[in-house]
Amino acid sequence: MSGPVAEVRDLRRTFRGERGEVEAVGGVDLQLSPGTITVLIGPTGCGKSTVLRIIGGLDAPTSGEVVRDPTVPIGFCFQEPRLLPWRSVRRNVALPLELAGRSRTEALAAADARLAMVGLSDAADRLPAQLSGGMRMRAAVARALVSNPRLLLLDEPFGALDEVTRFRLDEELAAIVRGTGITVLLVTHSISEAVFLGDEVVVMSPRPARIIERFQIPFPTRDAALRGDPEFAVMQTRVLDVLRQGLEATP
Amino acid sequence: MIAARLWRAAWPPIVVVLGALLFWELAVWFFAVPEYLLPSPRRIGRAMIDDRDRLLAASGRTALATGLGFVGSAAIGIVAGSVLSLVPLARRGVYPLALLLQMVPLVAIAPMLVIWFGYGLPSVAASACIVSLFPVVAGTLDGLQSVDPGLQEIFRIHGAGRVRAWWSLGLPWSLPSVFTGLRIAAGLAVIGAIVGEFTGGFGGDAAPLGGVITSALKQNRTPTVFAAITLAAGLGFVLFGIVNGIGWALLRRWHASAR
Repeated sequence: MSGPVAEVRDLRRTFRGERGEVEAVGGVDLQLSPGTITVLIGPTGCGKSTVLRIIGGLDAPTSGEVVRDPTVPIGFCFQEPRLLPWRSVRRNVALPLELAGRSRTEALAAADARLAMVGLSDAADRLPAQLSGGMRMRAAVARALVSNPRLLLLDEPFGALDEVTRFRLDEELAAIVRGTGITVLLVTHSISEAVFLGDEVVVMSPRPARIIERFQIPFPTRDAALRGDPEFAVMQTRVLDVLRQGLEATP
Repeated sequence: MIAARLWRAAWPPIVVVLGALLFWELAVWFFAVPEYLLPSPRRIGRAMIDDRDRLLAASGRTALATGLGFVGSAAIGIVAGSVLSLVPLARRGVYPLALLLQMVPLVAIAPMLVIWFGYGLPSVAASACIVSLFPVVAGTLDGLQSVDPGLQEIFRIHGAGRVRAWWSLGLPWSLPSVFTGLRIAAGLAVIGAIVGEFTGGFGGDAAPLGGVITSALKQNRTPTVFAAITLAAGLGFVLFGIVNGIGWALLRRWHASAR
């Protein structure tokens, strides 16, 4: 068993604004084991996205430590698809490889493979504005995967979508990621998404973000049938109870 | 399809122009306005036909100077706007001074352009360039300063350098505001060329439209003055149309401003 892909120790982050200092993250310890999906769940604005951004190198901690091999390729997906509106879907997905200096032919071939994986081959030549919200997020996921990342950081990627689309994309994401050996850190405020996708669900307190409980999720398969499993409902309730306790404990 | 769109866009201003011309014609006739004060549209049209060879040649000269000046201001403006965007110190130091381009009256510096560049095309093109430069700089800079931070982050994540991000993200993102600046610059370039021609254009047979206006004024040939003004306005309109067409072709697929 190899070590964690990334590890954070006593992570703290304080923002300085016009109204003084705001502590966003108040001491978080986390290990992302290879090939697992770890989910950070907590109330909106609690600081969980800040943890993800620090792990991904998009922000720096005020104190604490992030241990990660800087050569490990990372894929990012945010709540907004962040696609270039003038580029076709195919060229958007190929963008990371083009920026890495790969030839356009090679980049487009890799993009086509990822688009097939997310079921967007038919829309490859369309512009983002010609896609539905769900299709745009699929394209963003394909772009995050095109560089063959070993660590995938997903910041509420399906948060702006309707429930049915979100369920379908969760199922597709589980099918894509599981078995590929990619390590995933997902930030969400959806309990059903967290329990459906996560191997470990980490419940965060309201700001400043602290871990109040960790759940190991035992389900061996993650497909649509899981949503009807009574154990799935029980697990959701347990997570909900902890989230509620966290909110009630906040003054 | 395109013809139908063009017609839909063109007919309201055509109706307004025809109505205004009719009103003008009737007003001149009704009030018996002397020709040297305000010639009727029909009289201006006749002057255009009578003097067509000279006016056409003059229009060609003015068009060349306007075109050169406009291309110069487009190139310099986009490069300058980009440099100001990429180098914050230059932006803070130089951009306020670029406003001088707006403040300095061209009529005052036009004689200096003749001293610096000589009579004829160079000084006239320089005049057109100076007058039309600022909107392009401002449009480019505004566009580059307003690039979506989320998209900038995508480029940072994937290790894009500043020049690559400028080329692949900043410049395409800025195109709508660059074209807004270019559309304003198109009209200003004609004004700059005509003012430049007042002081730096050749006279006689080699006169551009500005030269035709000054010589016709001296000879009290007001219909010719108005004919030259009409052609100068037409030049501005054509240049504006070309810029608009290029902008539409580049933006129509993805930007609301071109739909």
